[in-house]
Amino acid sequence: MSDTLTTAPRSAGAPLAPTDATPMLAVRGVKTFYGNIMALKGVDVDVHRGEIVTLIGSNGAGKSTLMMTIFGQPRAREGQILYEGRDITQMPTHEIAHLKIAQSPEGRRIFPRMTVFENLQMGASVDGFAHFEQDLEKVFVLFPRLKERINQRGGTLSGGEQQMLAIGRALMSRPRLLMLDEPSLGLAPLIVKQIFDAIRELNRAEGLTVFLVEQNAFHALKLAHRGYVLVNGLVTLSGEGRELLERPEVRAAYLEGGKH
Amino acid sequence: MEVFIQQLINGLTLGSIYGLIAIGYTMVFGIIGMVNFAHGDVFMVSTFVALICFLLLTTVLGITSIFLALAIVLVVAMFFTSLTNWAIERVAYRPLRGSFRLAPMISAIGMSIFLANFVQVSQGPRNKPVPPMVTDVIVLMDSGGYQVTLAWKQVIIMVVTAALLMGFWYLVQKTSLGRAQRACEQDRKMAALLGINVDHTISLTFVIGAALAAVAGVMYMMYYGVAHFADGFVPGVKAFTAAVLGGIGSLPGAVLGGLLIGLIETFWSAYFSIEYKDVAAFSILAITLIFMPQGLLGRPEVEKV
Repeated sequence: MSDTLTTAPRSAGAPLAPTDATPMLAVRGVKTFYGNIMALKGVDVDVHRGEIVTLIGSNGAGKSTLMMTIFGQPRAREGQILYEGRDITQMPTHEIAHLKIAQSPEGRRIFPRMTVFENLQMGASVDGFAHFEQDLEKVFVLFPRLKERINQRGGTLSGGEQQMLAIGRALMSRPRLLMLDEPSLGLAPLIVKQIFDAIRELNRAEGLTVFLVEQNAFHALKLAHRGYVLVNGLVTLSGEGRELLERPEVRAAYLEGGKH
Repeated sequence: MEVFIQQLINGLTLGSIYGLIAIGYTMVFGIIGMVNFAHGDVFMVSTFVALICFLLLTTVLGITSIFLALAIVLVVAMFFTSLTNWAIERVAYRPLRGSFRLAPMISAIGMSIFLANFVQVSQGPRNKPVPPMVTDVIVLMDSGGYQVTLAWKQVIIMVVTAALLMGFWYLVQKTSLGRAQRACEQDRKMAALLGINVDHTISLTFVIGAALAAVAGVMYMMYYGVAHFADGFVPGVKAFTAAVLGGIGSLPGAVLGGLLIGLIETFWSAYFSIEYKDVAAFSILAITLIFMPQGLLGRPEVEKV
């Protein structure tokens, strides 16, 4: 196995002091493989504190792979992932979660035979249930539908409800960095708007840092401070959200399909 | 009629023991999708721990209260059996996680052979008897020579089983440990993303399964008054049958399956042929697998969200 990049730049083990110059999350030259197939071919992404950053790209570009690689599922074979200056590339997945990074993953991954309430409890376990009632109330304000469904099993919810539950579950951990994988997938336009408004509000009011993966490029770029475009496992473009919206190649590839 | 009631009592007693063992199979299968073929031998080890501990307490330490002795035996056996199973998982199964599906099962068969042989060599190949204990019976019915009796032993087995199952149910359904356990069973990767230490949770599953098997082991030692190195295999396979009959992965199913297998075996012995009682139990395994692979309370395989 190649270990050139994973071991070399560890700088004597001392984590850098997090300053404003240090990104909250830094992905450096990450390569991820599925068997022999390289899904990420050296990706660099920065997310700064208080930012909403979006990663757009078409199906199969590697967006969800990057999200999961940050959690070590699968592990990056090369490159580094730094969280607040600390190398988390080889850290066990559950310990990464304890750094208060939360993810609403691809496919939602609701626990199907647990109730909505239990699913939310699972989200709160990282936070040690210290603010459970309070956070639960917040999630219910955001998604009143979940309150109606509280004793229903996760597997019996509709796709949209599961999406809300996945986001709610991620919020229950009081994350400092919230990672959302296609929160708009399978949702009615009205609810998409509601969710994007909620993300904007969480970011503005509480300074929550958000890393958002989206196929819905128009909404995502409008919402985000900065964006990255991922094509076939490589970042091809990056810049401010609104700036990217104007770029002809982005418009051509992701916006003028008509259905957005 | 009297025979029927008597066999019902006997069957439920035996079924309680099978049910307790079956939970270990079904939990491990639920969480890592592996049939732990060594589980029956872990049960057998617990009968030896129970026997040794019981003899130590009553002869060396001179404890005269049988109930006190049994209570201590129960705790000691649960502890040592859990420790054994924890170590087995650590040594024989965890290194194979992520390997191909059959690897841990083959390792489990190896572990089963190892445990049986280890006990045979260290404890000897013969039946190890304990003096009969708790021999009182309650006569429920007496009609012309045939007495329907309920032995205190049987009462103890059923009551202890019911109490522990309730405690176990509470643990799984209401505590955060149980919730983590169920989460890992339903989606291990997601559980890890939510900060659950999956390896610990899997260890915990083996520990709980072994603790319940140890309860069965103590009951078995008390009921039959012997321990034997080969007594892991047949009860183990029957408990596995119980887990399959109830629906592998389902906890209530394991208990229900255990009771049913206990009843079927006892009634078969009473009305047909005691020599072929094992055939009855194993036929159930084959029939279930052919006609109803999801079992009585199991989930159908198609569940993709």
